[in-house]
Amino acid sequence: MKAFKNPALALLGLCLLGVALNFSVNAYIQLILLFAGVNCLLSMSLNLVNGYTGQFSLGHAGFMAIGAYFSAYASTRWSFAPSSLLVVQYFVFTLGAGLVAAVAGFLVGLPSLRLKGDYLAIVTLGFGEIIRVALLNMDFVGGPRGLSGIPGFGSFLWSFAFASLWIVICFFTIWRVMHSSHGRGFLSVREDEIAAEAMGINTTRMKVKAFVLSSFFAGVAGALFAHFTNFINPSSFTFLQSVNAVIMVVLGGMGSMTGSIVAAIIITVLPEALRPLQELTGVDLRMVIYSLSLVLMMILRPKGLFGDMELSDVWRKYVRRSA
Amino acid sequence: MQDFVQHLINGVSLGSIYALIALGYTMVYGILKMINFAHSDVYMVGAFAAYYFARWIGIENDPGLSTLLTLIVVSMICCSLLGLVIERLAYRPLRNSPKLNVLITAIGVSLFLEYSGQVVFGADPKVFPEVMKDFVIFSIGNVEVRSFDVTVLVVGLLAMLALQFLLFKTKIGRAMRAVSANPMVASLMGVNPDRIIAFTFVVGSSLAGVGSVLVGMKYPKIDPLMGMMIGLKAFVAAVLGGIGNVGGAVLGAMIMGLSEEMVVAYLSSTYRDALAFGILIVILIFKPAGLLGKYSVEKV
Amino acid sequence: MSDVLLEARKITMRFGGLKAVDSLEFQIKKGQLAGLIGPNGAGKTTVFNMLTGVYQPTSGEVLLEEQSLQGLAPYEISHRGVTRTFQNIRLFKNLTVLDNVLIAGHQHVKYGLFDTLLQTENFRTDEKRLQEKAIDLLKIFHLEDKAHKPATSLPYGEQRKLEIVRALATDPKIILLDEPAAGMNHSETHHLMETIAKIREEFKLTVLLIEHDMKLVMGICENIIVLDHGVKIEEGAPAKVQNSAKVIEAYLGVEEKE
Repeated sequence: MKAFKNPALALLGLCLLGVALNFSVNAYIQLILLFAGVNCLLSMSLNLVNGYTGQFSLGHAGFMAIGAYFSAYASTRWSFAPSSLLVVQYFVFTLGAGLVAAVAGFLVGLPSLRLKGDYLAIVTLGFGEIIRVALLNMDFVGGPRGLSGIPGFGSFLWSFAFASLWIVICFFTIWRVMHSSHGRGFLSVREDEIAAEAMGINTTRMKVKAFVLSSFFAGVAGALFAHFTNFINPSSFTFLQSVNAVIMVVLGGMGSMTGSIVAAIIITVLPEALRPLQELTGVDLRMVIYSLSLVLMMILRPKGLFGDMELSDVWRKYVRRSA
Repeated sequence: MQDFVQHLINGVSLGSIYALIALGYTMVYGILKMINFAHSDVYMVGAFAAYYFARWIGIENDPGLSTLLTLIVVSMICCSLLGLVIERLAYRPLRNSPKLNVLITAIGVSLFLEYSGQVVFGADPKVFPEVMKDFVIFSIGNVEVRSFDVTVLVVGLLAMLALQFLLFKTKIGRAMRAVSANPMVASLMGVNPDRIIAFTFVVGSSLAGVGSVLVGMKYPKIDPLMGMMIGLKAFVAAVLGGIGNVGGAVLGAMIMGLSEEMVVAYLSSTYRDALAFGILIVILIFKPAGLLGKYSVEKV
Repeated sequence: MSDVLLEARKITMRFGGLKAVDSLEFQIKKGQLAGLIGPNGAGKTTVFNMLTGVYQPTSGEVLLEEQSLQGLAPYEISHRGVTRTFQNIRLFKNLTVLDNVLIAGHQHVKYGLFDTLLQTENFRTDEKRLQEKAIDLLKIFHLEDKAHKPATSLPYGEQRKLEIVRALATDPKIILLDEPAAGMNHSETHHLMETIAKIREEFKLTVLLIEHDMKLVMGICENIIVLDHGVKIEEGAPAKVQNSAKVIEAYLGVEEKE
């Protein structure tokens, strides 16, 4: 039971926050906050591959797409629960979305993870695009039109609570894995593959494991995305979405869980916050500023906001220094 | 059979365009070991430079060899300047950074050019000036050899020969190859790697400039996102041939151009874009160094 | 013959046209402290790479306790009990000293993903056992106080020692040390060699070490294999090797060529 204490507390805290937000902000901001939750899942999961395991995936959107399509398709066709137990049904479908994405991750990861660096980046990019083109050509999921009328949760509070549940699951899963021998195995792959092999680490297996776990949560993020927007089509999951996920990981600091979360929130909110500027100038400069700040960050603060430290480490350092 | 020959001609023509752009990717990769994602957007800017220049001096409706050459030169100059600026401002400060950071910067520059392009040029497609009349030079049976294809082939070939000459017959070409083989040793031998790298960007970008005018001539709609797909395919061509290898890029581009033409002709056009990625994945999994590349083994 | 632990049978390594190692044969007996010496560029590290599966020999095979290691991945060879250190230190640089050692213990971990996620009793006891064992190993070289520092913060000599500790954490049968004393001064080297001898006793290990300084290994090695240009030119007890004309020529010859 002890193992569930912290996750439960975290979930409770997030739900209380949800209640507060439910009454304090308008529907538009609420939707953005839900997207921030989806992005948190994306960045935390990609951090596992790009940050902790040191592999470079540029195809995260593909796995997100698979999860989104699975859950969307399932909930429009295979509804099984009475309306009072709808949340259970959503949970089952989201779990299923994660599992399907994880299988896809395994199939993609097994052949491509033998490659390193740029090559791996390109292959994952290629797989991500192939998934999208495949969806584009599949009529039973609507082809280019996509799927619409995906049922949602009805209220912000339920949506937020559901997102919180998955964020808590994702956070504690990755956190605990990283504080175990398996997580240390991931890190050893990042640090030095040849030394890791010599010390008995099956580096291929480690990479595939990290990739599969990462794909699972990307699929979950996709499912949430589908239920929050109620409409998906292949162009929701372009190369740009994968790039976005990478940017969040790098901005937060490679190998920092809390950094990924903070960065996900910033990246979601920033374009919205720049909207007034658009109204002022009459042209849409948001993406120009966004891309420019990306380049500037790489040059001026290449390690991201937190480097590989967690928020708690940063806090401790600050307190110790000032004390 | 005659159909097949016609497709062959079209494929080679398409391949030459891919080759011009693929060379830029491969040269930069050869020297910096980085994927210059912004390369395809330099190409896009080249097309717009030609477009605005033609309108400015009023030759947009004046097809002919002089118009073609003028626009090629203008596009080459603009592209090389842009390539130089990108290298100087965005890539040079990251010379010793982790690869991931460099790659993200390249993506950032690419996005910056695309979105700035949408703001500055507008998101709607523009009609490229008519630089040449498209007519049938000669035909054998149903096989037509058109002026566009011949122009693309001739200009492409000339540009590649010039590059070949530059790389293997000149002093700066030798320095480029030296820096590509080993920047440390090259700099000890008195070559300034920074200048050579900058020069590589100039050469690669100007080839993209040539490509942009040829594409503008053949497919006269240009827009700020025009570089994305063609850039990706050119890049796949470079990887296919063995990235970093100049001859490989041309070979890869020809294979890409021909196979794309054949797939569209004999299978279905919906697979056109998936084909590039399919080839890419197969080649990287089975022969990661590409057809003509060398896969380096890490020293222990 | 059952006292042979590691055996190389005509192992050859080609890189393109170059034969880095040519039909090399040797046997290492259980519990032995053997040395592999030779001038720079003789192919010593290539031999280590073949023994540990980093390279697959072009021809010939390596046997551990009469079992062929052919075709095994480096991690599988590590699981069978062959471990090593690296000439150009390959620690997990950004990780702590303790984590470096813990990673080498991964192959002995008994808990799975489920135990990890639910933080079961199994997870906690096993993790505790791993940590205690790692600290014990660090004590050999008095590194336990630095357990939570990043590996890069250690001075050079201690990094070499940490590599040995890390290798020991795999519970090896044989440990291959690639120039363990490189960059150390005379007294440090002497001390290190004593510790290596002590470790061998304590863990009932077999040791094969590379050194290009011949004098150094004479003191502690029981059997010495001399390599030059990828070919074994001499093997035997220190006294025999020391007086071999071929060995003297190989060492002096190198200087002449340069």
